[in-house]
Amino acid sequence: MNSTILIAVLAICGIGLAAAIILYIVAQKFKVIEDPRIDEVVEFLPGAHCGGCGFPGCRALAETIVKRESLENLNCPVGGKEAMANIAKVLGLEANEVEPKIAVVRCAGSKSNAPHKSSYDGASSCAFAQMLYVGESGCPYGCLGLGDCVVSCQFDAMSIDDETGLPIIDGDKCVSCGACVKACPRQIIEIRNKGKKDRRIYVSCVNMEKGGPARKNCSVACIGCGKCAKVCPFDAITLENNLAYIDFTKCKLCRKCVSECPTNAINELNFPPAKDKPNEVVAVEA
Amino acid sequence: MKTFKIGGVHPNENKASANQPIEVVPVSKIVFIPVSQHLGNPAKPQVEKGDIVKTGQLIAKGDGFISANVHSSVSGKVLKVEEVIDYCGIRRQSIVIETTEDVWEESIDKSAQIITECTLTSEAIIEKINENGIVGLGGATFPSYVKYKIPEGKKPEFLIINGVECEPYLTADHRLMLEKSREIMVGITILMKGLKVNKAMIGIENNKPDAIAKLSSLTSEFPGITVHALKVKYPQGAEKQLIKALVNREVPSGKLPMEVGCVVQNVGTAFAVYEAIQKNKPLFERVVTVSGKLLSKPSNLLARVGTPITDLIEMAGGIPEDTGKIIIGGPMMGRAASIIEAPITKATSGILVMTTKESKRITPVSCIRCGKCITVCPMGLEPYLLAKLSEAQMWEEAEDDRIMDCMECGSCQFTCPSARPLVDYMRVGKNKVGQIIRNRKN
Repeated sequence: MNSTILIAVLAICGIGLAAAIILYIVAQKFKVIEDPRIDEVVEFLPGAHCGGCGFPGCRALAETIVKRESLENLNCPVGGKEAMANIAKVLGLEANEVEPKIAVVRCAGSKSNAPHKSSYDGASSCAFAQMLYVGESGCPYGCLGLGDCVVSCQFDAMSIDDETGLPIIDGDKCVSCGACVKACPRQIIEIRNKGKKDRRIYVSCVNMEKGGPARKNCSVACIGCGKCAKVCPFDAITLENNLAYIDFTKCKLCRKCVSECPTNAINELNFPPAKDKPNEVVAVEA
Repeated sequence: MKTFKIGGVHPNENKASANQPIEVVPVSKIVFIPVSQHLGNPAKPQVEKGDIVKTGQLIAKGDGFISANVHSSVSGKVLKVEEVIDYCGIRRQSIVIETTEDVWEESIDKSAQIITECTLTSEAIIEKINENGIVGLGGATFPSYVKYKIPEGKKPEFLIINGVECEPYLTADHRLMLEKSREIMVGITILMKGLKVNKAMIGIENNKPDAIAKLSSLTSEFPGITVHALKVKYPQGAEKQLIKALVNREVPSGKLPMEVGCVVQNVGTAFAVYEAIQKNKPLFERVVTVSGKLLSKPSNLLARVGTPITDLIEMAGGIPEDTGKIIIGGPMMGRAASIIEAPITKATSGILVMTTKESKRITPVSCIRCGKCITVCPMGLEPYLLAKLSEAQMWEEAEDDRIMDCMECGSCQFTCPSARPLVDYMRVGKNKVGQIIRNRKN
């Protein structure tokens, strides 16, 4: 009787021991040697896996950072300065200064600026509408207002304004991951520098049509007149395909172009009300 | 009775205009003729502002292998060559002509006399089809002559003539078969000569018994042509489904009908070929069905290309009060027009005026995995799965599941109890996957 129990216990122990030995050998043979610093770096990353850094997920970025032993051209837009500084400290590297960025919607074709000429009642997705026709406003470049960008945003930073029908970006929540840029079938959203004191100037239009047709659909369309390019003292504005574009790396936020634009297509954000003489503003900014 | 095996749906026919003879639309004061009315490269304009053109004159020349010539549908003065908005609101390069007295090119035979004899060689026929800008009038507007450039190692056996007209409401082909039956038969004989085949089959759904009887009575005069009645089922008018129904052969995925020795042409195209070869008349007008429950006079209208859509609706009794949508094409595959001042093109087979109630879309709800879409898909796809893959942007998986085989017939969405926008997802997916495939080739 006792011997039966003993045999059973011994047999189990024997099997366990054998399995343990095999497992140990296999584990040693197929050992994955991973830099322990990767885990440390991952600790400081936000874990949003948004792809904003250009890598698929946070771990991929951490692996690249450790592999390259440098932070050049690598940045986590979600964690921002703080995360990068921590990572630099752990790895003993120099943190590079990356300007904070934010997404901007380059369309001002609100319901009042670009009145709707037809109504779309299909499934609510910009991608669908884009495949079918030009959109409610009739502008072939403008925002369709069906919110593919809102759906794509993981950070709850976007919403569609009911009054204008355009997406609004919450500056505090936007981490410039670029998901909305990819989601927009009309390439309206752009990642731009956040700017000093959150001030930004950009051409709020992507319409490449000539002036006449562009204005027909929208009162605030860029007509490609080139006035802004002429007035810009920093050569920040280029004109291509009847469309002005402000290079945010060159723009010094002097606001000269804003008052020059005949169609109010250039948008300024978070500036104090304009003073009488725009020249004085330049002095302030310089 | 013959039909295709997999899938298919039975939408209400609503062929209100079936008994209306074809009427001619008066020439509009100003016409807008787009240079891209076909699949492939847009044609290159050959006229400038101020030029005087005659009806049937070449005004834009096909550019490249897959492209088609465009001819003036009216005579008058070219006002401008510029981008004009089409019914989807998209700008397309067009030639705007202000019409004067209708003067046709001298070479065109305007008489109604039917010429049966054709002495041209096969090559000459194909060249003439190309010159006269003939494109597939079934809706896809694929340049016709390309189908007759047989790739090496392939041998055509059958010419299949598509008189199915499976889309509800549309009756343009039906009327054409009744009124121009002899011309169509001559056109088919010419096409057979061009293709060097001695067998042609006309497929007609048996909801058009008069057309079947009419064409069958003529088969004794035209050797080699047979008429086949087909069981009514949508989408029988699709190329691959029609081949399956008539000769029981399956076109492999991603291949053309030539792979199984078939060439498919619409009856409208056969008529256009007759006119081009025997009468030297380029393709510049076509029959358009204008229909709808509220219209006072649903009609079949012979209209010049470039005539505004509004003119045609006016002929059919004007836009009724309770109009919800105006659809260009058939109700299953057509698109709602956002701009009805836009011109009709070689592709416009129908103009449908829908009531507010009819045109209202049901709010989509979640997929209940009933599998109805799989049952009805004529290509044997899994629409619910492809839609999900497209939604999740899993393009490689969608390609593996043959999303490119989808022809957007709309059967899945028609049958979906949850009103899922399946075709919309397919369209987006096909666009993306198509891009990926093109990039891979380059």
